[in-house]
Amino acid sequence: MPLLEVRDISKHFEGVKAIEEVSIKVREGTIMGIIGPNGAGKTTFFNCLTGILKPTKGTIYFSNTNITDLQPHNIARLGISRTFQNVRLFRGMSVIENVMVAQHSRTRSGLIGSIIRWKRFQDEERIIREKSIEYLELVGLSDFLDTISGNLPYGAQRRLEIARALATEPSMILLDEPTAGMNPQETLEIMDLIKNLKGLGKTVLIIEHDMKVVMGISDWIVVLDHGVKIAEGLPVEIRSNPMVIEAYLGKG
Amino acid sequence: MTGDKLHVTSFKENFYKATKPLVIALWLALLFIPFKGIRAAFILFLALAISLVILKVGNKLLGTRNRLKDKCLLLVTRYASLITHHSSFITRYLLLPLLFFLPFFASDYFIDVTILAGIYIILALGLNVVVGFTGLLNLGFVAFYAIGAYAYALLNTKCGLGFWSALPFSIGLTTLAGFLLAIPALRLRGDYLAIVTLGFGEIARLVLNNWDSLTKGPNGISGIAPPAIMTVSFGKLSYYYYLVLLIVIMTVFITRRVYSSRIGRAWVAIREDETASSAMGINTTMYKLYAFAFGAFWAGLAGAMFAGKMQFVSPESFTFMESVLILSMVILGGLGSITGVIIGAIILVLLPEVLREVQLYRMLVLGGGLVLLMIFRPQGLFGGKECHS
Ligand SMILES: Nc1ncnc2c1ncn2[C@@H]1O[C@H](COP(=O)(O)OP(=O)(O)OP(=O)(O)O)[C@@H](O)[C@H]1O
Ligand SMILES: [Mg+2]
Repeated sequence: MPLLEVRDISKHFEGVKAIEEVSIKVREGTIMGIIGPNGAGKTTFFNCLTGILKPTKGTIYFSNTNITDLQPHNIARLGISRTFQNVRLFRGMSVIENVMVAQHSRTRSGLIGSIIRWKRFQDEERIIREKSIEYLELVGLSDFLDTISGNLPYGAQRRLEIARALATEPSMILLDEPTAGMNPQETLEIMDLIKNLKGLGKTVLIIEHDMKVVMGISDWIVVLDHGVKIAEGLPVEIRSNPMVIEAYLGKG
Repeated sequence: MTGDKLHVTSFKENFYKATKPLVIALWLALLFIPFKGIRAAFILFLALAISLVILKVGNKLLGTRNRLKDKCLLLVTRYASLITHHSSFITRYLLLPLLFFLPFFASDYFIDVTILAGIYIILALGLNVVVGFTGLLNLGFVAFYAIGAYAYALLNTKCGLGFWSALPFSIGLTTLAGFLLAIPALRLRGDYLAIVTLGFGEIARLVLNNWDSLTKGPNGISGIAPPAIMTVSFGKLSYYYYLVLLIVIMTVFITRRVYSSRIGRAWVAIREDETASSAMGINTTMYKLYAFAFGAFWAGLAGAMFAGKMQFVSPESFTFMESVLILSMVILGGLGSITGVIIGAIILVLLPEVLREVQLYRMLVLGGGLVLLMIFRPQGLFGGKECHS
């Protein structure tokens, strides 16, 4: 049984067919790459998986639950987390607060607890903090705990987004172009980080334009073009697939 | 072709830039007419237009605005950070003792103003939860203040309930009203939300004004009993002062703690990026509802305190101008900063008293001040990050 199964989803924006009848299956513990030219519908696909957009048609199953009509926060609670193509941090909050917020659905304390601050509240708060520091160590940001996240350099912001996504304790994590705008050195670091995620038992879906990155880390690759899935397979198969080459280079 | 297009847009932009100060001044002046009449509005328009144009021109010709701006900013920042950095020290050893002994040496008039300031601090801290923490513009906050005040007034005069037994009901009712308004309002975003809340504020005032059989309409309700414990009545000014002081301290304490908790973090996350916070597992609708209700809670408390203090309520105390005033307190101090909001409330309560001699111009000073604030320090005097000890 796959962890994620998408059956024939479509998403139309008033005539624009951003996604058309796409089906995929993702096995637990694997890294799946999603590639395709600009405007292929990759980000829209992620938005449908995370509940930010409702698909026009089709169903999405995640660990045997139909999540098609769930709200984003419920989907997050079930274990899907993500990063955004154009970084969307809580810019006014400090680095550690960004990661602490993401543990919201894994914690309980309420209004009364936060006012009285009994032991349970303090314990929970301490545990959140400690865990946040661990996540930040994983992405190499533990020296910037109290920096306002909007002031971080761009590369660090992207890594913070990954730490924040991890903090929701997902079983599946969606990365939307995690290496966009990074230099080769930073790109290598992110690739290592993603392999680390797999080591932690996370299932990863990654949208990526950099062929070196996708080919290097993906176990399986899906190719979208104009909202349609035109191919899927092992990296070696995709590399030599004439349809893919055509989609990328155009018809001569 | 593309060159032409570029030229046109840049001309449009320049035109827009040049007329912007005039449009701002005109808009503010128009807003002003209902409150102070055409003459004051005209004076305001002239003053604003001239100062804004001078700022623009000065900026263009000499490039001094930036230097001037930097200097002013440096000054403000220095004082603001002085206060926020040492806030716990200052409050513990200077402010609290001073406030505690105030009734022994201050005049009745001054105590009266201080009580009013206290009530506004509670209100502003409540609105700050909605606007400052969660980032939802609420232009009808005064409605909750009114509900709190009228609830106590009616429970006291019609049912004979004392302050303390009526208080849970009036706060509860106000909080409920916060929930009920939030349910339809939260489907809207930004400007639409502002308009709906504004409408709610007006509706509340109109109901109070026209439901004669219950609220006695514009005549208001008089003969409201001040709070009392056993036989000791808080009708005495200095006693009431201590009551308000206690409640203000409690409000600051509670809002601070909630702010630096899981709930507060969720609110701020929603303000920063709603989509991202929902993707990170926050039920944004629910937390916006909480923010509205929690803010309304404080307005209900402040309303009851106000009714108990004045021993009289009428719709006149709950106009749109009042909402604007409370919002100005939050904006002046700095959205989201608790220290800032308190200081904003104090400034805006004291300002009219200081400017009492020049009645006509006090709103003008307020308006002009806010415009300058928006130009030079849009995050408010104490905006930016609240530091926790
Ligand atoms: N909210 C929206 N409203 C209307 N159209 C949209 C919306 N979001 C995406 N689209 C359209 O859907 C199509 C797919 O967009 P999408 O952002 O998913 O592409 P993408 O594969 O992520 O591209 P890129 O590689 O540039 O990020 C585009 O034509 C886009 O204009
Ligand atoms: Mg995209």
